[in-house]
Amino acid sequence: MRRVLYLLPVLVFAGLALFFLKGLTLNPRELPSMLIDRPVPEMNLPPLPGRGADTGLASADLKGRVSLVNIYGSWCIACIQEHPYLQKIKELGVVPIHGIDWRDDPVEGAKWLKKHGDPYARVGSDPAPGRTAIDFGVTGAPETFVVDKNGIIRYKHIGPVDMRVWDKTLLPIIRELNK
Amino acid sequence: MIAEIGHFALILALAVALIQAVIPLVGASRGNATWMGLAGPASVAQMLLVGIAFAALTHAYMTSDFSVLNVAQNSHTDKPMLYKVTGVWGNHEGSLLLWITILALFGLAVTLFGANLPPGLKARALAVQAMITVGFLLFILLTSNPFERLDPPPMNGSGLNPLLQDPGLAFHPPFLYLGYVGFSMAFSFAIAALIEGKVDAAWARWVRPWTLAAWIFLTLGIALGSWWAYYELGWGGWWYWDPVENASFMPWLAGTALLHSAVVVEKRDSLKSWTILLAIVAFGLSLLGTFLVRSGVITSVHAFATDPARGVFILGLLIFAVGGSFTLYAVRAPSLKTGGLFAPVSREGALLLNNVLMATGAGTVLLGTLYPLFADALDLGKVSVGPPFFNSVFLPLMVPMVLAMAAGPLLSWKRGDLAGVLSRLSVAAVAALAVALATWLWQGGSAGPWWAAGGMALAVWLLGGTIVEWAERIRLFRAPLAESLERMGKLPRSSWGMTITHSGLALLIIGMTASSAWKLESVQTQKLGETITVAGYAFTLTQVEDINGANYLATQGTFKVTKDGQDFAILQPEKRVYRQPPRPTTEAAIVSTILGDVYAVIGDAVPEGGWVTRLYFNPLVPWMWAGCLVMVLGGLMSLSDRRHRIGAPTRARAAVQAAKA
Repeated sequence: MRRVLYLLPVLVFAGLALFFLKGLTLNPRELPSMLIDRPVPEMNLPPLPGRGADTGLASADLKGRVSLVNIYGSWCIACIQEHPYLQKIKELGVVPIHGIDWRDDPVEGAKWLKKHGDPYARVGSDPAPGRTAIDFGVTGAPETFVVDKNGIIRYKHIGPVDMRVWDKTLLPIIRELNK
Repeated sequence: MIAEIGHFALILALAVALIQAVIPLVGASRGNATWMGLAGPASVAQMLLVGIAFAALTHAYMTSDFSVLNVAQNSHTDKPMLYKVTGVWGNHEGSLLLWITILALFGLAVTLFGANLPPGLKARALAVQAMITVGFLLFILLTSNPFERLDPPPMNGSGLNPLLQDPGLAFHPPFLYLGYVGFSMAFSFAIAALIEGKVDAAWARWVRPWTLAAWIFLTLGIALGSWWAYYELGWGGWWYWDPVENASFMPWLAGTALLHSAVVVEKRDSLKSWTILLAIVAFGLSLLGTFLVRSGVITSVHAFATDPARGVFILGLLIFAVGGSFTLYAVRAPSLKTGGLFAPVSREGALLLNNVLMATGAGTVLLGTLYPLFADALDLGKVSVGPPFFNSVFLPLMVPMVLAMAAGPLLSWKRGDLAGVLSRLSVAAVAALAVALATWLWQGGSAGPWWAAGGMALAVWLLGGTIVEWAERIRLFRAPLAESLERMGKLPRSSWGMTITHSGLALLIIGMTASSAWKLESVQTQKLGETITVAGYAFTLTQVEDINGANYLATQGTFKVTKDGQDFAILQPEKRVYRQPPRPTTEAAIVSTILGDVYAVIGDAVPEGGWVTRLYFNPLVPWMWAGCLVMVLGGLMSLSDRRHRIGAPTRARAAVQAAKA
């Protein structure tokens, strides 16, 4: 009987090890976001002043081609950091980038793009309280969504995009979706 | 070239470690002194080689050699020199190299200070240490080579995670590792003792100081990490029960239990197989922490870049080290001779109670940390286990522990007199009740949380009990003052160590209780010139400006803080966005007073005008940090006791003889 007691640690550990082995095949980071693999929310956002009449963003615009939807605002400091990388991604020509100017005065949002450059194909204005972005499940700016040909959200990146995120995460997903 | 030297040194170190893992072990079983003696020079060579590798990587960081992949991925020329150096261990590969450097350092210490160790025990322990080294060197060389080259080298590096560009976090890993790896000493000696089939007072006397040293480092490392979270994450909290925090806390709990049970082995020749088990568990939990953080099995805000191949490797290592030692334990421990018997109410009994509660505590933390994994693996869905679980399961376990902590040191060995001890503690009980009542009245009865009075009473009970024990030892107020002073001078340092450390814990409990119970916060949009009052401190936002740091842009807010109409302080919190990699961090501005911290954070600008600001008053938080420092101080005091001092004082030898007789 006493011998069994001494076996207890190794038995408990063996059980744990089995779970760890199984755990290595799982990915806890894959958060079951309500919106992943769902169509983009219904929206029809007006364009920013001075960007042309048909440059707003509607749900229908996201069909037919894999695209990125980037949430930004002229008030968002991290967006300034992210911006040059978005320009580079635009120059690569792999995927169109659409913007949502979130919780922002559209005039300020347009001015900000003049100052820092404009990587976007379409930009919809979503002034405060920013209902559309909330429908997207946005928690802060910047955030970037990968939307597939059928207008279904496939991935959400929280925080600034840089070339590392692009190479390691976004580009592989886009390639996969383009197959 | 220098990087290649580093790489080559690691390969040589592996060869040396293989020799050190096998030959002394065989020598010890055959009684061949030459083979056993090989362990010493091998451990010196080990340290030299690993040291060369570490120096080589440090050199690559200091000179920003971007042809080394690791440097290119984690450094940048703009970075201040301090963070270039600390960047060496701010990444997966480099931190493993630090791990193994510390391991080699401990191996060397056995050789340098272990002249009086029984040669068999020493050879076996060093061989076990070398086995751990082999495992980690293989891990580095096969999956995580820090010296990999990059061709062509980039113009500049990708930069260090900005969260790590902070003095608190920069020095947090070395302390944690000194703690984790320090437990490898107790582990190696436990395995060696199992192989020999002998655990005695001499064994405990050798293991205790090393465990104590590891415990001191780990305590300091955890406190440093907690302090960092407090001022850097900007929510006024200091403990989040995050898996990575838990990974360091579990070995701490097991190590604390080990320290106490080793006392029983040393003094009473009892609880041997339990102590051996704890030694394995403490180091096993350190390894487990490494596995959890690096395998990606558990999500955490701190997790390193993860890679499944590495996860499989570390799991293999874990199974070999922990599974192997537990198996050895199951086979050998039943034959360990049990020593002195004791009654349930006795010093041994109290120490055992401490052990059981500590171990149960570590078990619940383990359960909470791994529960998301269990649920996911059994397809029960994705869950996360947060502070409510830990607070409601772990904390109730600590209450009886602290209650017993005050009484334990007063009980005599073998058979104690609980009624007598409790009557000696009546002063502490009265003080605790008085403080509980005062706290309750002060917070306005049920206007504050019900447990605040309990937490305060518990701390005062512990502090009171600790002082009573100390006063009795020196016969304070019972004997003439001169005699008390003389007795005080003669108190052994290990006894001072206990008194100081237990008092430190009391301070810690006071700080934790107060800051959790009465934290005041105010989150709002604040415009320039607007004043918000928190806990009597009026925060006026006088200025917000953009400033350019060495490698970041920041929004800096200036708050003029007044109390009762008098100027109190100027607080300047920042919200930084680092250039490379572009990531935001919060730098809270804090002014500490004896009663608490005045704490301000500036957030994002709001499109409607103004900034989101978070203003806090965190009561008695400085007491927490003071408590941690006092605990560390107590540990150092105990470590300096001559009985623990390495080099075998004569009195210790006499004690060994006595124990053998």
